[in-house]
Amino acid sequence: MSAVIDDHGHAGHDHHHGPAKGLSRWLLTTNHKDIGSMYLWFSFCAFLLGGSMAMVIRAELFQPGLQIVQPEFFNQMTTMHGLIMVFGAVMPAFVGLANWMIPLMIGAPDMALPRMNNFSFWLLPAAFGLLVSTLFMEGGGPNFGWTFYAPLSTTYAPESVTFFIFAIHLMGISSIMGAINVIATILNLRAPGMTLMKMPLFVWTWLITAFLLIAVMPVLAGVVTMMLMDIHFGTSFFSAAGGGDPVLFQHVFWFFGHPEVYIMILPAFGAVSSIIPAFSRKPLFGYTSMVYATGAIAFLSFIVWSHHMFTVGIPVTGELFFMYATMLIAVPTGVKVFNWVSTMWRGSLTFEAPMLFAVAFVILFTIGGFSGLMLAIAPADFQYHDTYFVVAHFHYVLVPGAIFGIFASAYFWLPKWTGHMYDETLARLHFWLSFVGMNLAFFPMHFVGLAGMPRRIPDYNMMFANFNMVSSIGAFLFGATQLLFLFIVIKCIRGGAPAPAKPWDGAEGLEWSVPSPAPYHTFQVPPDMSEVHEHRKGTGGELTP
Amino acid sequence: MNESLPTRRLVRRLLFVVVAMFGFGFALVPIYDVMCQAFGINGKTAGAYSGAQTADEARQVRVQFLATNAAGMIWEFQPLADQLEVNPGASREMRFVAYNPTDKPMIAQAIPSVSPARAAAYFHKTECFCFTQQVLQPGERIEMPVRFIVDRDLPADVRHLTLAYTLFDITSRQPPVAVHDAALAKERLQ
Repeated sequence: MSAVIDDHGHAGHDHHHGPAKGLSRWLLTTNHKDIGSMYLWFSFCAFLLGGSMAMVIRAELFQPGLQIVQPEFFNQMTTMHGLIMVFGAVMPAFVGLANWMIPLMIGAPDMALPRMNNFSFWLLPAAFGLLVSTLFMEGGGPNFGWTFYAPLSTTYAPESVTFFIFAIHLMGISSIMGAINVIATILNLRAPGMTLMKMPLFVWTWLITAFLLIAVMPVLAGVVTMMLMDIHFGTSFFSAAGGGDPVLFQHVFWFFGHPEVYIMILPAFGAVSSIIPAFSRKPLFGYTSMVYATGAIAFLSFIVWSHHMFTVGIPVTGELFFMYATMLIAVPTGVKVFNWVSTMWRGSLTFEAPMLFAVAFVILFTIGGFSGLMLAIAPADFQYHDTYFVVAHFHYVLVPGAIFGIFASAYFWLPKWTGHMYDETLARLHFWLSFVGMNLAFFPMHFVGLAGMPRRIPDYNMMFANFNMVSSIGAFLFGATQLLFLFIVIKCIRGGAPAPAKPWDGAEGLEWSVPSPAPYHTFQVPPDMSEVHEHRKGTGGELTP
Repeated sequence: MNESLPTRRLVRRLLFVVVAMFGFGFALVPIYDVMCQAFGINGKTAGAYSGAQTADEARQVRVQFLATNAAGMIWEFQPLADQLEVNPGASREMRFVAYNPTDKPMIAQAIPSVSPARAAAYFHKTECFCFTQQVLQPGERIEMPVRFIVDRDLPADVRHLTLAYTLFDITSRQPPVAVHDAALAKERLQ
């Protein structure tokens, strides 16, 4: 590891030449912009792959009865859809945004550990190559749900589970290295005068996310290691026959799993906190409270995990504790929502694509938050548990939450990345089709869930038929629309109106002080931020470095 | 650059956190066991109980017995009676029958669980077949005792208790057991 760390300051001695040519540029690059782009492209590929699995799921659920796939394959689809979207699409997208934007936002020349950065990216194709290859193995891929509860994932797992375990190990190592890199960059490479409380919120939320990652990804690595030992080395962590306990698996998994859901949403909070002020032409309302709210959410995420397992039989005292602790999360989250709304209040609003996605984010994420509050009520959860209501809830926080946050960020910073303006008309079309498709797909799931339709089933009662057909139509619309996004991005890379250094008149932050497209090397001389006052904080302030 | 801590040392500290959290994941295993014992979560009962209590003649609770085979286990396994009326504090016994219908010697482990879970801490086993593994020869049938005391401090609103055993086949987890004694084996070799 020390050889990697030695690399600190690498960007200093090659600032006179641009990127290498050909494939080796991408294989060997240590440039944060190249690595950021690779992360984003990887994430988009994973998004399309996970999305096509969702299409298989929705096609099968279009009508009751078995039409297209067998139940065994259906289970593999639900499992792989979840794993690929969580670990392959959402997390790498945010790491990509972090790579691109954090150095630009804090006035750093690159990430603190550029070679480790390269390694963390290139572990991902290996991890997902392993994971996806299991689908072609005898016995099929993982079919035990993305939460891989033991003993489904141990005693009753397909043979390929070992490959799944190693894939999780690899992507965990990748995430941990990425998180260490982000922390080292933010703590050590800020421009002079860029105090912590002057950092844009995206940087703040990523700093906290990175700490969450290094706290819980090792626990995930631990739980899959225990599975590996149970399967191959005769231990009994999760096997009652040997004195273990399958419920233990759920505790360890959700100790990782709950902070994980905040890992997937906090960076989106940060990005939206940059985008809403830009298109409201007002500084962010309540910067300091945003920082503390993010910290509070991160802290609370460690003490609520058992709300995923109210029905396993925990004592009433425990149910009450986890119920109240979970509801407490609504307080800092509410602070954030009110701050975004207050930022827009009496602002000079315009609704370009990033703002459309950001506003939809605030509204729809709040709906997801409310269904989360319903699920937090322990006695009510006994009805909702493992129904489509849960599916509706987490898709409402992940699709218009995390994914819309990523779309908003992509449109917001595409001019900076490519040097061209994207096609605004097509981008708005992308927004409206996504918005309609996503709500059509996921809103009816609330109803079928409350009526008792269980999740992870390929067939269902006739009475759920109409809502499921609506859901499927919405899902097909949402899925097809994402090809439009691909087209818009490619079109923007290949040409379009040249983007000025600061294409959004209300935007603030150091990233807009460099030309568009951002040069291969930026901030080799750190900008001086000591003159910027903290009252403009959160947005980087008036930028004349 | 306002480096508060050199990057190398910062990374070393972060790596230490990573290793510590990996260890913490494993530490959750004993922590979980301790918590389950302390709070009687999951109906986990404690090991052998050595205390003695006097019977509370004024109160009776019904203890029901369940015997279940885990998946893949083909022994016949059942209690001699479905339930007992028990005075808290009194020592009582129930026998479970196990029968190995196969043509192979097999080893089994019974795992107890008490419902409601909060009563688990008040259910004491002074002797139990679940404390040891059971080895049954082909066609062998045994009666296995469990002696227990329901604690006098059992919450007043608990009137029913269920003691459930799940029987697991652990033959493949065990090295082969010599069924003939060594002298006999030597004799046969000659």
